[in-house]
Amino acid sequence: MPASESYPDDLLYHPEHDWARIEGDEATLGVTWFAQDALGELVHYEAPDVGSTVTRGSSYGEVESVKAVSDLISPLSGEVLEVNEKVVDAPETVNEDPYGEGWLIRIRLSSPDEREQLLSLDDYRKVLAEA
Amino acid sequence: MKLIYEKSQPGRRGIGVPGTEGLEVPDVPAELRRETPPRLPEIAEPEVLRHFTELSTRNFGIDTGFYPLGSCTMKYNPRVNERLVGLPGFAQLHPLVEDDAAQGALELEWHLQQILLEVTGLDAVSLQPAAGSQGELTGLMLFHAYFRDRGEDDQRRKVVIPDTAHGTNPASVTMAGYELTPVKTDARGNIDVEDLRGKVDEHTAGLMLTNPSTLGLFDENIEQIGRIFHDAGALMYYDGANLNAVCGISRPGDMGFDVVHINLHKTFSQPHGGGGPGGGPIAVRDILEPFLPVPIVARDGATFRLDYDRPKSIGKVRAFSGPFGVFVRSYAFMRSYGPGLREMSEVAVLNANYLLAKLKGAYELPYERLCMHEFVLSARGLKREHGVSALDVAKRLMDYGFHPPTIYFPLVVPEALMIEPTESEARETLDAFCEAMLAIAREAVDEPEVVHSAPHSRPVRRLDEVRAAKNPVLRFRFEDHPEEQGAGDRQLEAQKGA
Amino acid sequence: MSYLSLTDADREQMLATIGVSSVDDLFRDIPAGVRFERELDVPPALTEAELQRHMEELAAKNVVDEICFLGAGIYDHYVPAVVDAVLQRGELLTAYTPYQPEMSQGVLQAIFEYQTAICELTGMDVSNASGYDGTTVAADACFVAKHATGRSKIVVTEATSPQVRQVVKTYAPGFGLEVVEVPHEGGATDPDRVRASADGAAAVIFQQPNFFGVLESAPELAAAASDAGAMPIAHVDLVSLGVLEAPGAYGCAMAIGEGQSAGNAMSYGGPHYGFLAARNDYVRRLPGRIVGETVDADGNRGFVLTLQTREQHIRREKATSNITTNQTLLALAGLVHLSLLGPQGLRELGETCMALAHHAKTELQAAGFELAFPERATFKEFAVRTGRNAREALTRARARGVYAGYPLGRDYPGLDDALLVAVTEKRTVDEIARLVEALA
Repeated sequence: MPASESYPDDLLYHPEHDWARIEGDEATLGVTWFAQDALGELVHYEAPDVGSTVTRGSSYGEVESVKAVSDLISPLSGEVLEVNEKVVDAPETVNEDPYGEGWLIRIRLSSPDEREQLLSLDDYRKVLAEA
Repeated sequence: MKLIYEKSQPGRRGIGVPGTEGLEVPDVPAELRRETPPRLPEIAEPEVLRHFTELSTRNFGIDTGFYPLGSCTMKYNPRVNERLVGLPGFAQLHPLVEDDAAQGALELEWHLQQILLEVTGLDAVSLQPAAGSQGELTGLMLFHAYFRDRGEDDQRRKVVIPDTAHGTNPASVTMAGYELTPVKTDARGNIDVEDLRGKVDEHTAGLMLTNPSTLGLFDENIEQIGRIFHDAGALMYYDGANLNAVCGISRPGDMGFDVVHINLHKTFSQPHGGGGPGGGPIAVRDILEPFLPVPIVARDGATFRLDYDRPKSIGKVRAFSGPFGVFVRSYAFMRSYGPGLREMSEVAVLNANYLLAKLKGAYELPYERLCMHEFVLSARGLKREHGVSALDVAKRLMDYGFHPPTIYFPLVVPEALMIEPTESEARETLDAFCEAMLAIAREAVDEPEVVHSAPHSRPVRRLDEVRAAKNPVLRFRFEDHPEEQGAGDRQLEAQKGA
Repeated sequence: MSYLSLTDADREQMLATIGVSSVDDLFRDIPAGVRFERELDVPPALTEAELQRHMEELAAKNVVDEICFLGAGIYDHYVPAVVDAVLQRGELLTAYTPYQPEMSQGVLQAIFEYQTAICELTGMDVSNASGYDGTTVAADACFVAKHATGRSKIVVTEATSPQVRQVVKTYAPGFGLEVVEVPHEGGATDPDRVRASADGAAAVIFQQPNFFGVLESAPELAAAASDAGAMPIAHVDLVSLGVLEAPGAYGCAMAIGEGQSAGNAMSYGGPHYGFLAARNDYVRRLPGRIVGETVDADGNRGFVLTLQTREQHIRREKATSNITTNQTLLALAGLVHLSLLGPQGLRELGETCMALAHHAKTELQAAGFELAFPERATFKEFAVRTGRNAREALTRARARGVYAGYPLGRDYPGLDDALLVAVTEKRTVDEIARLVEALA
């Protein structure tokens, strides 16, 4: 069952429709409701390796629906601590719960200051209004 | 319907093989010998024929009905061509015979080259590429070879492609080791020349362009575009996917293009065969001729030969000289038309504009212009107002007995319906198609559920593509079908005992 | 023109509907500078009867009545009549790629059955819907290997078809790949030399039986590649796979080959089809179309093109290949032929080819000819030394009505006197006797 539209206000956003939840020097990353809605039901998650490095603004993986594929753009830089295996096994989890069960990776931040460059919910809503 | 593997019974067979009586069958070394036989079907000949005949009844071809699949040029495939390709002098000819044994084939290939040169307005041809996509890749390899020869290959890394392009163009650019520079489309559907100017420089290897574009529009600024690239020392590649619009009307060579691929399976009627074969010869300007793949068909007076002695050639992109059977059909098609190839294109364009005129009231037309051989409508309004998408319209057309148009392409048009009637259709067919399209637009308002749940008349209903992609089943799984598995085991026992 | 339906009255009415006064007006967007103003200078139009005669005259200029012992990658196997009957079904012949599955269940199911047959024959998990030919699938396999391993060297044995090697070398620079060849020794490839070359390679491509018809120590070659972390890729002949072990059984990562032997006429080199199969690990990297099973809205089995996000129309510049078409019709011919043969027929076909080839070897040796690689076991093809320049020997044999084989000096220096002789199930003991006479 796809989730209904929502954008939590405790997250930081990237204009490529990715979100980050920062806790200390770690962050959990995922894609927004808008991104999963645009793609449709996901059928594949190409995840990075645990231990690999992700760079702000660069792709760390891919998600695919039947007729579309999208790069996952990392909003922050760091080292991959964990990949959400539930999404690897059942990619539709992202459609069902994009901010909860459908998270994609957890990273240890290498440049915590980068959070200053992310969007607040209000700023992200402006991006959505133009999309 | 059953798979052929589900019809298999141990001990049945469809065709005999000459035996080995009186001959010694040499031993295969034990480590190379096959122990487990492949589980091919075991079926007698009549049931094999019926199986594939039944499959054919679950399929739709041009022979079945109207097939306005945009950018695919689904035209009539003359039946005489099938008879000709089967002539023993063609079908039984081995590709590695000495040239004296293949004079008829080489003469045919040479004449085919001459006609392609006249139609494209260029100087030399390679027939070798097996399809349009391979023609593209070959053309880009020629870019590399040309610039390498001039010492500019390291410098020129970028290829410009408009956002309306077929997906093959960017994919070919990557496979050829180039970088993609996208360029926008302007409000009239032409390349945005201002956007282009800023993107072409001494690092540009060239342009890949389909003209008319995938929107079915002829680029009105093509001469200016040609000057921009040639002034920068770059080359121009013409994707011939839409050549059916302009045979005898405008030639890529005259438009300024240096390399052209010709889709013999589109413009020149090689049947598409459910996805292939195709043929994608390329024609080039003289400056690129030294680099063409080997061999080239050459003529010495009254005899013909394959020329391998070409020191600057990029090499081979496919085995032998090319897909010869495709050449037989396309050459026959060209000889059936003669100079009337122009009329072929005229009628293709007339048919497309006729459909456009009749349909543009009911569907949105993103670019208000006359079209060439195809045009793109949008179902955006139907989707917004009534929730009926381009996909729904496509599926509902099946119930009216038509193959759907190309949908969701080009990407610059939302809810795109890309319609190409070709020259083959009678006015009555075009009218009937329009009536169906208009009826579906009305249904979208009055009974959208009928459209959403279409098709209703095909051997299967809408298929679950998500399931297919999420849990791929890409071959018959004998282990999920114990009966067949038993058959396999019995087969194995029988062979071991033999 | 008989392929066009529009009458003058149709045209008038259609132009009026469009709102233009002439067909020329439809082309007003074409700038005057690029309009083609004269008639096309091409040969005049022919009626169907004239066309038939013209093409028969061209076909008659080809020589196809010499007894064919020519192979080298394309073989004179028998093509059953049922193959022709199936391929002439207009619903299959004149259909496009099955983008709309509800209109295309016939083609989709046929491809699914073809993929199954290729997997069974090669021992692989997954097959694509076919590629252009046996050379281009080798280039495709290199692209897969490069991305799967992150390495940029391809090793190919010299005993692999020269056509295949040439195509791989043509594609390699664009892929950023270096190609290294491993020489043969006495007609076969030494696994130790492969092991030495495979260090740092993405893949090792070898042919089984190899270009000389010789049976390679395929399991050892595959192991040599795997030991170095390179993908072992076998280029195989479908007709051999009833008697020879499947590449999947000896550790190959991929199996590829030319499919012409099954179901297709020689047709001066095409159109044919190449097959490409792999282990499951590589499924998302495969080029070309793949058909999968699913269900429709009523829960009934059906088939669709699947995993399409690999492909150029979605992934564009990041696609696994630029391929749009496959060779469905030719692959279908292969499927029909294999279905008629069944497992028993395929094994017998292999045995008959081997037995006849062995007979030809024996008879040639009895007549005083030496084999080029006398120690080697072969399948349906072998190299024989003619005692003179092989092209001269061929010319003499042809004068006696026998196309005796392929002069190996064309590709292999040092084998100028050797002919590669192919013996399919269509040849007879009497024809083999004529071969021996023709070369004497």
